[in-house]
Amino acid sequence: MKNAITPLEVRRPASVRDALAMLRDEGPLVPLAGATDLYVALNFGTLQATRFLDLWSLDPLRRIGMRGDVLSVGSLATYTSLTRSRLVRQRMPMLIEAARQIGGVQIQNRGTIGGNIANGSPAGDTLPVLAACDAIVVARSASDERRIGFTEFYTGYRTSVLRRDELIVAVEFPPLEGRQWFRKVGTRAAQAISKVVMAGIRSDRSSVAVGSVGPVVVRARRTEDALLAGQGIDSATETLGDEITPIDDVRSTADYRRVVAQNLLRQFWSDTA
Amino acid sequence: MRFRLNGEEVDVDAHPMRRLLDVLREECRLTGTKEGCGEGECGACTVIVDGDAVVSCLVPFVQVEGRAVQTIEGADAQTLQRSFMDHVGAQCGICTPGMIMASLALGSDPTRQQMQEALAGNLCRCTGYEAIFRAIRAARQTIRKSQAATTP
Repeated sequence: MKNAITPLEVRRPASVRDALAMLRDEGPLVPLAGATDLYVALNFGTLQATRFLDLWSLDPLRRIGMRGDVLSVGSLATYTSLTRSRLVRQRMPMLIEAARQIGGVQIQNRGTIGGNIANGSPAGDTLPVLAACDAIVVARSASDERRIGFTEFYTGYRTSVLRRDELIVAVEFPPLEGRQWFRKVGTRAAQAISKVVMAGIRSDRSSVAVGSVGPVVVRARRTEDALLAGQGIDSATETLGDEITPIDDVRSTADYRRVVAQNLLRQFWSDTA
Repeated sequence: MRFRLNGEEVDVDAHPMRRLLDVLREECRLTGTKEGCGEGECGACTVIVDGDAVVSCLVPFVQVEGRAVQTIEGADAQTLQRSFMDHVGAQCGICTPGMIMASLALGSDPTRQQMQEALAGNLCRCTGYEAIFRAIRAARQTIRKSQAATTP
């Protein structure tokens, strides 16, 4: 489907600093990364924005490296570059699992972790991973930089604390103890938007996060408390059922999603026992 | 805007937010790249940009400046194309250019799983994929045989 592009405007910064100045002085501008979500909306005429900031050539935002004991992943890192990174493979195997199950190869070559966060779909596949491991979103503006805990990032359905003059420049992963687990349930292995997606870390203080079961990704803290209290998996499963608020939509039903989320919790618990 | 198209430097005048797919088919008159779904689901419009398979319906033209774009017209894939015909890997044909482009990323002796993963983003509603996998495997064998024959 062809879009009406004549009224669209795109700004092309030469550097990250340049991009931040444009966001401050020429906004509102919608940052454009791999366009795998944005162009779907644009092609179908559901995108209201007409002014964009093209980030694709800003290579410094693609860096993956260590900052002390923290793994820092540039916001423009694609899913393919995540799966190819030795550091990510060693430290964040559940992020690799998530990246490998997004779309097909063509989408993985273009979609970025920063875009997945900024797009803010409740079905975003990397989001439960970020929530389960208490990742930090690094947001930078022309005047300052702040680090936002991922579980405090969203304020509601597709809304966040990110200001219009800020750009997500990186995601930071603290060192993790315990066994990581990820599972996405969709209609097929590739090219499917999740019906339910879960990430978990099994440790002395296990963590669980679930996507596609509410307006924003859910860090299931009450479920975690139930697991910690040693009340048994049946009780934790019941708690999870109360903690999530899935809906009926084109992909699935609320009832199905609740049962699947609960089954995934059981599977996480037995797989990591 | 300047970029490399099938190995040649070109300068194409088009709106920066136009889809790469439209620029290829209309401005560049290369209609081998097909439009299927227009939302990145089907892979029919797959081309290679700087060595990576991408869906050209989701690539803004502005993002290929200075980069190398390869389409089915410029692909060195005659053995693969012949094999798709011989093994009936193509029926209606709309997905075939995308299938070929996505297959180019595979090594010389791909496993079934590697083929499934490489083509996971390419939908075909005619062949059921088995014929496509057979065609790719046969093409790789042909290429390996011809390489063996020419290596002293």
